[in-house]
Amino acid sequence: MDKNSNTYIFIYASVMVVLVAVILTSANLALKPMQEKNKMNEKMINLLSSIGIEANAENAAELYNQYLVKEVVVDKAGNETSVYNKGKLEIGKIRAFDVNLKAALKDAEKGGEGALPLFIMSDGQQTYYIIPLFGKGLWGPIYGNVALESDKNTIFGVNFGHDSETPGLGAEIANPPVEGKVVFSDLFKQKKIFDEAGNFTSVKVIKGGVKSQSIVAPEHGVDAISGSTLTCNGVSAMLNDCMVNYENYLKKNN
Amino acid sequence: MAAQQEREAWFSPKNIKLLTNPINVDNPITKQVLGICSALAVTVKLEPAIVMSLSVMAVVALGNFVIALMRNSIPSRIRIIVQLVVIAALVILVDQVLKAFAYDVSKQLSVFVGLIITNCIIMGRFEAFAMQNKPWPSLLDGFGNAFGYAWILVVVAFFRELFGSGAVMGVQIIPESVYEMGYMNNGLVILPPMALFAVASIIWIQRSRNKELIED
Repeated sequence: MDKNSNTYIFIYASVMVVLVAVILTSANLALKPMQEKNKMNEKMINLLSSIGIEANAENAAELYNQYLVKEVVVDKAGNETSVYNKGKLEIGKIRAFDVNLKAALKDAEKGGEGALPLFIMSDGQQTYYIIPLFGKGLWGPIYGNVALESDKNTIFGVNFGHDSETPGLGAEIANPPVEGKVVFSDLFKQKKIFDEAGNFTSVKVIKGGVKSQSIVAPEHGVDAISGSTLTCNGVSAMLNDCMVNYENYLKKNN
Repeated sequence: MAAQQEREAWFSPKNIKLLTNPINVDNPITKQVLGICSALAVTVKLEPAIVMSLSVMAVVALGNFVIALMRNSIPSRIRIIVQLVVIAALVILVDQVLKAFAYDVSKQLSVFVGLIITNCIIMGRFEAFAMQNKPWPSLLDGFGNAFGYAWILVVVAFFRELFGSGAVMGVQIIPESVYEMGYMNNGLVILPPMALFAVASIIWIQRSRNKELIED
């Protein structure tokens, strides 16, 4: 057959595309369980790290189950619409761990009732309320977790992650804690998300430093990273937009 | 006997040259100046640079082999498309494997794994070599070029991580006491332009040492 005839080219291209499709689909199906497991492990590691527990891919699931009190899904009014406890779903249809946070936040922003995940963990001395975060950075998505102490007001710890912030500048938000050094996530410790009157204020990242201004009280502000104003604004917006949905829940059960 | 002869020919001087030439005199980065983009992007730390090199190696070598196998049947009018499909398929495979077995690294490399597709070395080798040669020499040529690419990446990443973060492979090399004496990590080394300087320095050293490369 003439190699430059249209028929030959057409058949050649079709056969090739079908072959490639079959190969890629089977590879994807074969590797999917491992990829899903990696993603779950990462989520657990991040949740644990917000309450100061270091985990790795091997012991993440074990530690997670050890510290977890329950996973709940809450609506904006502050009701628990789903409770997952000790390996089984007690109320509701979906486990908080499996909620698609991005979609849930979008829905809440549009005025929906809200179905937002909250993780309640305990280390034996104190109960922590961990709110997962998701927002926009400068170049791409940023995400994280904020752990509140049992007063549901004071921040115990946070951790952030990002996909593509500028290395050396915006990417510093995700710096892992180092002993003896103050990294960005350490600045959030002991900050408060409600003011004395009980109004939700969130925590703001302030360009130029908390001390240089008087609009935001020191317990609600942290210093921004120089050179990464836009990423830091993204962090402020993310903290506010995510935590505001839990306002009623956090107030209600005080 | 026939099989014996064939096996000897596998590593004939000509074939060995295919492997060694791209490492020095015909290096894809320093001589052909291909694949610079990824050399800038993934060399901040050593580990992603190594994984990137291995990924590119897998794609170039396998791709060269596959294209060489298909070379007589590929219609010349759509050869570039065929090459692209082969590259894209291999890159997606590499990405899936990394996500399953080296999740942390795949997160660091994130978008750059997908960008292996745009690495000019791969298309360059397919078009310049694999389309005209048998599978075995093509495989060697792929490995040779990937090695040439890899060692530059590793050297650049080594210096960038050492001076940018004071570490190698994530292990702190520069002791804390040096920092206390006022030493600071060089933030500029982390940024992409410094990779250009590093690559340029390598090209400079290589050309000043190797008479074959000196141009008029």
